Amino acid sequence: MSIEKTTRLKVALLGNPNAGKSSLFNHLTGLNQKIGNFPGVTVDKKVGTSKISDNLYAEIIDLPGTYSLYPKSLDEQIVLDLLHSKKDPASPDLLLVVIDASTFKRNMLLFTQIRDLGFPVILVLNMLDLAEQHGIKIDPLKLEKELNVPIVAINARTGAGIRELKAAIACPVHTPPESYYKPGPLASGIISEVKESFSLENDYQAILLAHQYDNMRGLPQKEKEELARLVKKWSFDSKGFQSKETIARYDVITRILKETVEEKSVDDKELTSTKIDRILTHKVFGYLIFFFILLVLFQSIFAWASFPMDLIDGGIAWINGALKQNLPSGPFTDLLTDGLIAGLGGVLIFIPQIAILFAFIAVLEESGYMSRVMFLMDKLMRPFGMSGRSVVPLISGVACAVPAIMSTRSIENWKERLITIFVTPLMSCSARIPVFTILIALVVPEVDLLGFINLQGIVLMGLYLIGFLSAILSGFVMNKILKNKQRSFFIMELPSYRIPRWKNVGLTIYEKVKTFVLEAGKVIVAISIVLWVLASYGPGDIETNAVTEIRREQPELVESTPDFDNAVAGKKLEMSYAGQFGHFIEPVIRPLGFDWKIGVALITSFAAREVFIGTMSTIYSVGDSGDDEATIKQRMKEEINPKTGGPMYTPALAFSLLIFYLFAMQCMSTLAIVRRETKGWTWPMLQLIYMTGLAYGLSFITYHLFS
Amino acid sequence: MGEPKKSIADLKIGEKGIVCCFNDEEMSLKLLEMGCLPGCMVELSNKAPLGDPICIKVSGYNLSLRLEEAATVMLR
Repeated sequence: MSIEKTTRLKVALLGNPNAGKSSLFNHLTGLNQKIGNFPGVTVDKKVGTSKISDNLYAEIIDLPGTYSLYPKSLDEQIVLDLLHSKKDPASPDLLLVVIDASTFKRNMLLFTQIRDLGFPVILVLNMLDLAEQHGIKIDPLKLEKELNVPIVAINARTGAGIRELKAAIACPVHTPPESYYKPGPLASGIISEVKESFSLENDYQAILLAHQYDNMRGLPQKEKEELARLVKKWSFDSKGFQSKETIARYDVITRILKETVEEKSVDDKELTSTKIDRILTHKVFGYLIFFFILLVLFQSIFAWASFPMDLIDGGIAWINGALKQNLPSGPFTDLLTDGLIAGLGGVLIFIPQIAILFAFIAVLEESGYMSRVMFLMDKLMRPFGMSGRSVVPLISGVACAVPAIMSTRSIENWKERLITIFVTPLMSCSARIPVFTILIALVVPEVDLLGFINLQGIVLMGLYLIGFLSAILSGFVMNKILKNKQRSFFIMELPSYRIPRWKNVGLTIYEKVKTFVLEAGKVIVAISIVLWVLASYGPGDIETNAVTEIRREQPELVESTPDFDNAVAGKKLEMSYAGQFGHFIEPVIRPLGFDWKIGVALITSFAAREVFIGTMSTIYSVGDSGDDEATIKQRMKEEINPKTGGPMYTPALAFSLLIFYLFAMQCMSTLAIVRRETKGWTWPMLQLIYMTGLAYGLSFITYHLFS
Repeated sequence: MGEPKKSIADLKIGEKGIVCCFNDEEMSLKLLEMGCLPGCMVELSNKAPLGDPICIKVSGYNLSLRLEEAATVMLR
């Protein structure tokens, strides 16, 4: 069996937003999926493998939802880019067009366009049960005959029909199609010339080229010029033709509908979704409910996540302690425990919070509530240069700015998108959480207000609020400065409410956590190791020099006692490369209350904020010879300010540091993503300067306010 | 002077109308592909708390749009 060669098929999933594509994708691929990027663009590309039969595997690609082949946003552009040429090696062998039967008519527009491109197509009819509730009864057999394409009815929620779909994928019956849309004689001139110049066989491909050559990626400049010439020669009126085409297609669809679909009026029976909307988008309750949901979200991130986080924290400390006891002491063991595992702990500790956050976002998205949030917030966002669609990136920014900035691709208006990209990193992302929680735990007492609200929780929520306000205000200022060339619009489907599909939620969590651990983990582990080396070695023999220094500085200490060893270890760290680095920048950060140890952490956390904890762990583990099992929180609590003799982490210092981490742009991945999304260094550099300046100024004020 | 025309923006909640034409080409392209076609019945089903955007029922589903955009769709 295994000798037999297996075949691989490239299959693309297409359809309107909310048609059930992602559920079908999850049914077909299960855990065999990964998220990547389309070559050259940063739109999420979900690809998975599906076993169709014993010796046939299909690579399934989930494309962004779209209403037509005339893209309005960058997300939708991907679909056209992939389909416009059959000669492209990346182009799929087979297309599955997923249709939501309950909004059959609108969904068919995309189908007829795709079919006219000449690809082999299977029509996947989803949500027939919902359609019947809406009074729509479709006869799949009649429809199949009428459309002349294979049709498979499925239920993407239950998984019914998946086996039949796989059978249809395995034995394709594709007859060359006859176009649904026949462009009038006015277009025939340009069509035949485009077909000739680009050696195309398909009329509709030629039309799409004439319409959209300007926005197509991968089309050489010379070909664009040629198309521009042809459009001018035939005075091809793109908008007029598009509108005629759309109406003509709906005429065809209406005719097909008449033959195959029975529609009963269900007007007297009000649909459940409308009833729910009455409450969720109510004048008063609408905002109250939204605020309550956000409150629950934050509460759960901190309340529910703390238990598994403590477990992970304790587990890492325990492993480190056990390794130190059982391995021979030496540089290798130190590198493993103080460098590698301490750094890894800084990554793993995030998992519970990231999982909870993405669980929430996935549930809100799945249930259909997220689009109501956009609906509620649109008018409020407009004065700040954003639209309702900016709300989702801003909320996702609370998890991580990178996917949030990627999700701005659904914002059609360039200025709104730019403002959203610019201000999203101000939303307090999850990478700041460990810094926040540690510093808050150091200086804010754990007391309950009114018996149930935790004071630490309030400070934390306050930090998020400051982040949100600064994002909104920055947007307001940018809105005044930037000129808008493009019209802003907000035409959006409000999908019916549904119970979330838990499998989809689970897969989202799994996918996000995996990406986070692998991506952030790589950076953090690498930095931890480099840092450990820098903190353990220095110019000359720092080991001997440190001992000599301490003997000279503190002659009262008795050699070979723990006090003496601690002093030597601290001295050694100060003399190391990392210590010298920290000393070098100390003059700049002293006005904020920071010392050179924090300076080292600031520099390393430029790569990513979460490195702060890893850096602190490394610095304090290296500089502290006793009590290896103590966690970083304990060590920071015990840190003494050499100048005052009191604790190092006073409220003034902690708040100043909190504000710094709230505002500073310490995330290389965000900068890289912004560069890719805005196609240049201007915006990421402005962002870096703006945010770092804000962080420095506000930290300075905070420090002097509290001390 | 033609008879005074009404747009979707003038509907009250629960009120219905039939789309006749568009007075903005750019918006019409976006609305057409969402199934908001001449001859289609629309019903104003809901408004956002601040009165804008609004939500209409068209082709069997809910479509949200701003008042400004709704004013470009004339009813007969």
